[in-house]
Amino acid sequence: MTSKKAVIAANRFGLGARPDELREIASRPESWLLEQLAGPSRLPAEIRDLPDSASVLVEVRDVRKGQRAAKKDGVAPDIVEKYGRVVRKHYVEQAAARYRSAAASDTPFHERLVHFWSNHFAVSADKQPLPAIAGLFENEAIRPHVAGRFIDLLLAAERHPAMIVYLDNQRSIGPESALGKRANRRRGDQQFGLNENLAREILELHTLGVDGGYTQQDVTTFARVLTGWSIGGANDKGRFADGEPGRFEFRELIHEPGAQSVLGKKYPQSGVDQGEAVLRDLAVHPSTAQFLCTKLARHFVADDPPAALVDGLANIYLDSNGELSAVYEALIRAEEPWLETYTKYKTPHDFVISTLRAFRHVPEKPKFIVGALDLMGQTPFRPGSPEGWPDTAQQWGGADALYKRIEWSNTVARVVGSRVNPVELGDAVLGTEFDPETSKAIARAESLSQGITLLLASPDFQRR
Amino acid sequence: MLNRRDLLKAAGLSAVAGALPGFAYAEVDARFVLVILRGAVDGLALAAPYGDGNYRRVRGELAIPEPGQAGGLLKLDGMFGLHPSLPGMHASYDKGEALVIHAVASPYRERSHFDGQDILENGASRVGGLRDGWLNRALSADDGLAIALAQNTPLVLRGENAVTSWAPSRLPDADDSTLRRLQRLYANDEFFATRLDQALRSQAIAGSTGTMDATGPRGNEAQQFGELMISAARFLTAPDGPNIAVVELGGWDTHANQGASNGALANRFAALDDGISNLREGLGSAWDGTVVAVVTEFGRTVQVNGTRGTDHGTATAAVLLGGAVNGGQIIADWPGLAERDLYAGRDLQPTTDLRSVFKGILEGHLRLPADTIERRVFPDSQGARPLGNLVSA
Repeated sequence: MTSKKAVIAANRFGLGARPDELREIASRPESWLLEQLAGPSRLPAEIRDLPDSASVLVEVRDVRKGQRAAKKDGVAPDIVEKYGRVVRKHYVEQAAARYRSAAASDTPFHERLVHFWSNHFAVSADKQPLPAIAGLFENEAIRPHVAGRFIDLLLAAERHPAMIVYLDNQRSIGPESALGKRANRRRGDQQFGLNENLAREILELHTLGVDGGYTQQDVTTFARVLTGWSIGGANDKGRFADGEPGRFEFRELIHEPGAQSVLGKKYPQSGVDQGEAVLRDLAVHPSTAQFLCTKLARHFVADDPPAALVDGLANIYLDSNGELSAVYEALIRAEEPWLETYTKYKTPHDFVISTLRAFRHVPEKPKFIVGALDLMGQTPFRPGSPEGWPDTAQQWGGADALYKRIEWSNTVARVVGSRVNPVELGDAVLGTEFDPETSKAIARAESLSQGITLLLASPDFQRR
Repeated sequence: MLNRRDLLKAAGLSAVAGALPGFAYAEVDARFVLVILRGAVDGLALAAPYGDGNYRRVRGELAIPEPGQAGGLLKLDGMFGLHPSLPGMHASYDKGEALVIHAVASPYRERSHFDGQDILENGASRVGGLRDGWLNRALSADDGLAIALAQNTPLVLRGENAVTSWAPSRLPDADDSTLRRLQRLYANDEFFATRLDQALRSQAIAGSTGTMDATGPRGNEAQQFGELMISAARFLTAPDGPNIAVVELGGWDTHANQGASNGALANRFAALDDGISNLREGLGSAWDGTVVAVVTEFGRTVQVNGTRGTDHGTATAAVLLGGAVNGGQIIADWPGLAERDLYAGRDLQPTTDLRSVFKGILEGHLRLPADTIERRVFPDSQGARPLGNLVSA
């Protein structure tokens, strides 16, 4: 026997039921979810074996150096191709690791949280060299902290070289810093060096939210606070060359000295402590609680989450000083997530992973997965902006996008052929919530393969 | 075996299509293409005010050489020049088929891409002020079919009026028996039913023009844009096709190493220029009845930042192209680049409301009644009078 709660736990909180999952968790869906917060007992080998981002950044930098040297001799094309090849190799390897482990995961709720927070702190792989490290960012900065305190997640994300580079902070220079003053004397009245990108996105997208009550002045002062948050070896030579290449490096030389006011509070700290102090306050700000809990409730309950639920979660967030596991537990113990099934239209990412899980298939050729996601509008690690992917049916509901899902369902069905009975598969992964009409339509299909297409493209399977 | 068109007939779609609001096939020649450049285009690089005495000083290393010099601007008049990577646009200008509007901005005055795009597309005066897009609200009155050449419909076209979207596929088609069964399976689920019907309609047009079989790698985003513009032309010239299309191109957020005559931004302009040329060629004689509006969410800082780029700013430039455009002119109440003339001491001061441009197109080109534009498409925009000189008489 399965249960409605088990279906919701496996399909909306998890990544889509594998054929035995509903039966296994039927009697204890909530505790099955809570047990996963500790994470997998052992990281999947493909993730464990990935190189670290520092070594990849060094590798990419070295190729670039060769590129520049070769350009002078007029032989650049080969090197350009080599650069592309190196970056693509890392990108595909990381995407493969992500989708293979999602397909095989015994802790799919934990894995979904990893994807959720990685999207919250999106570093989009459309700006070099992000394609080579966006997947590593997910594993290094996000994965260890998804069930811990938000401040630890926040610090790890903002200090990670991928975020620093993505939002242009490595060479953001305080006008009154040692280097800034020197440069500004040379360049006359031109203000030199400050880049507000990281500060703005932290406030708007990572913590308070756009209506969270900050001003342009707060963005500017916070940007001053964050000057010096850089990476080692940001340049080949000169003042940005020092530090361990590819790792976080605080550069006193470009840090704006003195106290700064952010959101009406004065931060007298010096050096990197000043930025950390601001982040600590942002992490437990009521606007942050509201913003994060709205996003979580939207992801796990419905596109328009009930306000009372969001408020309740935000209170727990604040009472626990941003302890994320406390928020997840409250969400799981709440009534709202369990009232209705199929409240969320799957994203292409959800759809592909849940299909892999339904067939217990761990793809050997990950390019097929990356290509499919690209076609369906959700290229891995590439949302195109720091806002990350949207999370509502309205935003994913393009007509052509649905057609692509149908085409992909059809392609999968051709591969699977007649090896699987689609009605039995529907029963196994959709359990008590498998619509009898859908089941009937599938049973009448002209072939098992067509039945698989209908199952995968059905409203039942397209929602979670 | 049935083809797509038969399938539509079988579903009774062809018969009812004309009766659905927003689905009546275009009988007018007027076509409108909205090109949204996401990421905030530097208007001072798109159409540089080289005649402004402060231009070279404030732009420093990002200043582009004057017209006639190596890598120089393409001269529009004694004040403005187009970026050297926009030769197609410049040729259109010379032919009287392109105009530039400068120091233009939406009502948005903050510096978030997402909010800026929200306001650009929702047509309200504040973020989230309206939850649907202004071009969708213009549809029922326009009685045209609109298409988004994108995997997902952008906000500007989202709303209660049905629209379609299309992007090239590399997967094999599902067969007609399967599609028919899916239509029946979706019959009781409006979300799925309406979307499948729209998708089949698009496939019918794309199939008849051969773009369906696009195979092979899609290349980078710039190449994809060029191909999308070819597809856009095919949809817009199909006998029962749409008369409004929206296409997007990202990659304009040049915070670092923006470049001047050459470089990252120059390459983006080249991709834009190629794409528009593709559209013009593909439209053939339909170009004569077309207005293409090239817009972005906001501009960039006047001064160069510390990473040889520019940060989020306010006013920028927009370009209209097409045979229906009253071209060869620059519409600009130029605010100047002196420090006292800048918005918030750092950005180009907006002097034209972007909604005035859109209103001028809706009224002059798509012939929407002024009342509909004011009450329905752009409510709360009384301050933005429609520009009356955008479309040729």
